[in-house]
Amino acid sequence: MQRMEAIEAVYPHLKESIVVTIMGAVAWEMQHLGHRPNFFYMQHSMGLASSMGLGIALSRPELPVVVLDGDGSILMNLGSLTTMARYHPQNLVHIVFDNESLLSVGGFPTATATGTDIAGMARAAGIMRATTVRTIPEFVAAFDEARAAGEMATIVAKVEAINVAPRFVTDLPLLENRFQFQRHLREIRETD
Amino acid sequence: MPVSMKNSQLIYDALKACDVRMMSALPETWLVHLIRLADDDPDVTLVRLAKEEEGVGISAGAHMAGVKSAMMCQNHGFLQSINGIVTLAHLYKIPLLMLISYRGEMGERDPWQTQGGAVTEVLLRDLGIPYERLDSPDHVASRIRKAQALAESALKPVALLLCRDLMWEE
Repeated sequence: MQRMEAIEAVYPHLKESIVVTIMGAVAWEMQHLGHRPNFFYMQHSMGLASSMGLGIALSRPELPVVVLDGDGSILMNLGSLTTMARYHPQNLVHIVFDNESLLSVGGFPTATATGTDIAGMARAAGIMRATTVRTIPEFVAAFDEARAAGEMATIVAKVEAINVAPRFVTDLPLLENRFQFQRHLREIRETD
Repeated sequence: MPVSMKNSQLIYDALKACDVRMMSALPETWLVHLIRLADDDPDVTLVRLAKEEEGVGISAGAHMAGVKSAMMCQNHGFLQSINGIVTLAHLYKIPLLMLISYRGEMGERDPWQTQGGAVTEVLLRDLGIPYERLDSPDHVASRIRKAQALAESALKPVALLLCRDLMWEE
């Protein structure tokens, strides 16, 4: 499966969620599909997207929060699996797009290319709803089930190591994204 | 364990007075009372970390979501968090209130703390992080209040160093 197709398949739900993505191609693909004020692109600090998603999910339990993580990123912050498992906010869905590669910096293989099982590690960390999916229908089903279950989930989506983004810098400056996202979170509280 | 309960309570009350409602922490000896106070407080969400840098992400998320937070760690935990501080808190202008236990200063008996103690203030200065020492109960409340105010207005990391004279009773 291709990552952008997978994102597109759940995009109607992402539009209604608070979304934190990792840097680079994932951020570009989300913006290409359509930027929204409820999308935040963490364009550096590799590994911390899941920590930031956890901070939002714990602060605003009424909001659905989705983290779009990657294999290279979560491998840099494996402790985050244990912290998410400890607090397992029911409003958090943690998606890891696993292309078994550090694609944007030359395509060198990550440890998942030689057998490291991120869903297995998530389960062992204590995230009970942790699955690996390989097709779009499986991915959509796992996403829908996670949302319906009202239980924190990690979904590892195996995707092809291909890049469709022509560039990683977009016309959305980092701070514009940051302040727009914060303002959106404030406004949806005020209109409750 | 001669960690000052009285001064830990002072620090905790000052954080509460600033409306801090989320605290992330990785245990270290001088922080034991602060962590227990947070754990026992139904109005505060304590996030126990596996590694300190996660706390930068937690605080960034809390800030975006409208919740004031603080991160409590040892100075070696601050060293561990530097990439997150630079590439998230600085880059994205996140108010990050850090309470850092300042090990390895004058009076330190543990040899393993001394190297981190020697570089803590140098790195805070080089990173452009405003900081103050908390070494007497007289200024705890005012310095915490002012540090929190600056973090929020400047939208940047601000540090308070929890010093031996405040935290350790012997």
